[in-house]
Amino acid sequence: MTELLIRNGFVYDPINKIDGEKMDIAVKNGKIVEKIEGKRVKKINASGMMVMPGGVDIHSHIAGAKVNLGRLLRPEDHYKDVEPRTSKTRSGVGYSIPSTFTTGYRYAKMGWTMVMDPAMPPLKARHTHEELNDTPIIDKATYPLLGDSWIVLETLSEGRIDECAAYVAWELNATKGYAIKLVNPGGLEAWGFGRNVSNIDDTVPNFNITPREIVRGLCKVNQLLHLPHTIHVHTNNLGKPGNYENTLKTMQCVEGLNHNNRPLIHITHCQFSAFAGNDWRTFESAADKIANYINAHNHVTLDMGQVVFSDTTTMTADGPFQFILYQLSGNKWINGDVETETSSGIVPFHYKRSSYVHATQWSIGLELALLIKDPWKILLTTDHPNAGPFIAYPKIISWLMSRKAREKMMKRINKKARSKSLLPTIDREYTPYEIAIATRAGQAKALGLKDKGHLGVGADADIAIYDLNPEKTDLNANPRLIRRAFKHAAYTIKDGQIVVKGGEVVKSISGRTFWVNVEAEKALVETRILKEKFAEYYTVQYENYLVPEHNLAVSAPIQVHAEV
Amino acid sequence: MPIVKNVTCPICGTFCDDIELTVKKNKVVDVKNACAMGEAKFLNYSDPHHRNLNPLIRRNGTLVETSWTEAIKKSAKILAEASYPLLYGWSSTCCEAISAGIELAEEIGGVIDNTSSVCHGPSILSIQDVGISTCTLGQIRHRADLIIYWGSDPYSAHPRHLERYTAFTEGRFQPSEWKRYVSRLRGVIGKKKLERASQLALMEEFSVPPITGNQFPPTLETEKERKLIVIDARRTHSAEFADYFVQVEPNKDYELLQAMRMLVKNEELEVEKVAGVPVGVLEKIVDVMIGCKFGVLFFGVGLTMSSGKLRNIDAALALTRDLNFATKFVIMPMRGHFNVTGANMVSIWQTGYPFSVDFSQGFPFYNPGETSAVDILSRDESDAALVIASDPVANFPRVAAQNLVKNPLIVIDPEKSATALMADVVLPSTFVGIEAEGIAYRMDGVPLPLKRVVKPPKGLLSDEEILRRILREVRKLKRSQRRSNA
Ligand code: SF4
Ligand SMILES: [Zn+2]
Repeated sequence: MTELLIRNGFVYDPINKIDGEKMDIAVKNGKIVEKIEGKRVKKINASGMMVMPGGVDIHSHIAGAKVNLGRLLRPEDHYKDVEPRTSKTRSGVGYSIPSTFTTGYRYAKMGWTMVMDPAMPPLKARHTHEELNDTPIIDKATYPLLGDSWIVLETLSEGRIDECAAYVAWELNATKGYAIKLVNPGGLEAWGFGRNVSNIDDTVPNFNITPREIVRGLCKVNQLLHLPHTIHVHTNNLGKPGNYENTLKTMQCVEGLNHNNRPLIHITHCQFSAFAGNDWRTFESAADKIANYINAHNHVTLDMGQVVFSDTTTMTADGPFQFILYQLSGNKWINGDVETETSSGIVPFHYKRSSYVHATQWSIGLELALLIKDPWKILLTTDHPNAGPFIAYPKIISWLMSRKAREKMMKRINKKARSKSLLPTIDREYTPYEIAIATRAGQAKALGLKDKGHLGVGADADIAIYDLNPEKTDLNANPRLIRRAFKHAAYTIKDGQIVVKGGEVVKSISGRTFWVNVEAEKALVETRILKEKFAEYYTVQYENYLVPEHNLAVSAPIQVHAEV
Repeated sequence: MPIVKNVTCPICGTFCDDIELTVKKNKVVDVKNACAMGEAKFLNYSDPHHRNLNPLIRRNGTLVETSWTEAIKKSAKILAEASYPLLYGWSSTCCEAISAGIELAEEIGGVIDNTSSVCHGPSILSIQDVGISTCTLGQIRHRADLIIYWGSDPYSAHPRHLERYTAFTEGRFQPSEWKRYVSRLRGVIGKKKLERASQLALMEEFSVPPITGNQFPPTLETEKERKLIVIDARRTHSAEFADYFVQVEPNKDYELLQAMRMLVKNEELEVEKVAGVPVGVLEKIVDVMIGCKFGVLFFGVGLTMSSGKLRNIDAALALTRDLNFATKFVIMPMRGHFNVTGANMVSIWQTGYPFSVDFSQGFPFYNPGETSAVDILSRDESDAALVIASDPVANFPRVAAQNLVKNPLIVIDPEKSATALMADVVLPSTFVGIEAEGIAYRMDGVPLPLKRVVKPPKGLLSDEEILRRILREVRKLKRSQRRSNA
């Protein structure tokens, strides 16, 4: 194993409260160590550069059935962006839905070392894992979609929380999943017959339950199971004008469950859920309303879902939302419902600067990030590829860090959107320390990943070094330098190995796949009920549904003891 | 005797996963739950007349047995020396082998193409144009009250499709069509025949004429229960089970689809018949489609390969898409081989494209019609080929087949085949799903495990292992070449 000493960098390690201090980081056996000596130690001179923990992405659609159908749908997306093979790397294609190898390399080149795929249909879990196995370098994990699962709806509607918890524990083990994902809870079941739910208190057709009860129920389940992450929620009515009220209600509905001031719910790609107005004409930002709530409460984390002006491919498990997007755009549309569990949809989409709605969406994401005071509460994402491909992160970092960069873009967007945007009233510029929170420390913390997102002794030696000198450069005035530095990490170190140097992959290794192995005493694992239900509900055999651990190229289970 | 349960059947796209096998002395002696096709496979696959037990190599014009080392070396040499090699087949092997194949294609700068380029190729191209509204098969079992098969005869080609996923299953929101079918039979035939009728296998001996022609059965419009409609140019076996059979004039599918699209959009048809179907009947069918709660259209090669091909599927995809403004409607191609879907899937996630992927420029390039196997062979562009789990000599157009065999040819197959007879190297493999493990994808994209239930004959390797060995050997050759060049 390589021993490394990263010397003299400006270290940003917010979890350990290190803010740009010039210091050395020592690495041995894939971990950060106190110090290291000897002839075999390889030294990296990081003086004049920023050293941060490897980037973590809490929400990025990189693998699985829906992502792959997205790739299928868009040959025109790939033609314009190809990656030839090199002596170190496999070939591939981009752009908005890169092939698996390319996905791993491109994240690593930016200094990211762990990515969460946020939407795995449990029935197709094997598919997600096959793709994650083929996504090199980075560590991965994936969230099973459980908010519309029949057994969840039934147990919750009958108040059988413990049984629901046991079932969720079983699903996490069966699918090798990491967190509980809810997408338009109740709406996807309704979509099975082409319908939807209209708000958090609407009753799900054929099931005696409301989205509110699903959210609260799974939130309690999450607590009972002691899962590392909170419930991860894509709200009802996502992408519709006026939806912010429903978003506030979703956050409020779990307020009472709070104890010890810890986060209980993660609202993902919040930009899409922070719309005011009654229709597209009166549509406007509700970022301030969401931000006010977040600033006054401690039980929620968010990620941005920042729009970038670009051609991209939208894909979510929210079938009814995607159908609306198809109607709005007239672009080609894929729908893919999954029995007993969930749905999905895919529509190519182009975010245009000249569009009032798109430009306002761009503004909403940034307003959220800048109006929410505590950077631990709002994390940087584009909901890749929904609001834009992840390769746009350097650009977004520059918008967050530089008022000048925002103003420059403001000049080019739709006039009405510009005049209504809150951005001109906001002076705030993220510091490198805050960027380190929004892109790694805060993400790892929200995910409950103890060995990620920081550089303390014992942490995984996942490190990014950026060629950006905070002492010599006026960062706020030089957004282009920010972009360049974050686009091509000077070094990316993964598990103590140098994988990227000068923005190029110099070594490809297999990342790990994390999953939560819940030990629940009342585990439903072998119960008769589940097996009976199973035969009735699914078209595959119980045994064939389970993803065995050997299907994961590098399995990294996290042991958790549940209260049930 | 050990019984192995929950075995997946490595034959057709139905990809049943409930097969029970009784194994005695490393032989499958009894098969439960499979259809006749599946049963025959499990019982007879190991017939020594149908398989090679040693690698073969062509010497002085004849195929003779050889060692694995030599066979792999020879294969690697052929591929490494070729300037535009073609790797074809893939739909009847596991994803792990396909993955190895793609890596090999990239390494040698060749083209990798799977059998979908000659069957459901048009379907896939259409999906890239139009999109698709689809779902997993369980959605249909639980929800569909209208099931349509178009240009597809599941009874013959996907024997358990009806019973596992569609008309003859019970779902949460849908009772089985089977009951009504049986009660209709009851009116026609005696009790004894009825008992036999419940066994699908005996169905061939008699049939209840489906209601067809000018009168449209009134029950179809009123009943809440599941309905089954078959649309085809010929009266197939499956048509016998249908509530209604629509006979479309050969090669007129496109006209019929377009007429239906117009009716869905409330436009009037100013003719009396379309594709042989009276407009009055057509209107009623469209009413049933609009009025159902959940409709599905399965289509087969009868639609993809009838004249119009791409246009047909474009129209079918657009028709079902448009129906979603009125109700829930989905569509699904009836994929043939058990893992043709997996072949597409792996290819897509590794290269961006479902088939016909050309690595000659060092990155994936896709242009069906140019980079598809039949076209490459017809233009005589490839100078070597590897064929796996498929028999193009028996299926391809003559010119393509001739050009395939005139250049060095490697065949990986557990069975003897016409293509293998013409090969320069034959690498006999184990039967995946019987003698080797793996993963494959059902026609609706549900991935399932392939089991190893018996030990393979001594000395045989899996498809994946053979490909990995060739790949290693190719890399070794290239390294030594580089060294001697330097
Ligand atoms: S229907 Fe197809 S998969 Fe099922 S048993 Fe028959 S051949 Fe095998
Ligand atoms: Zn998302």
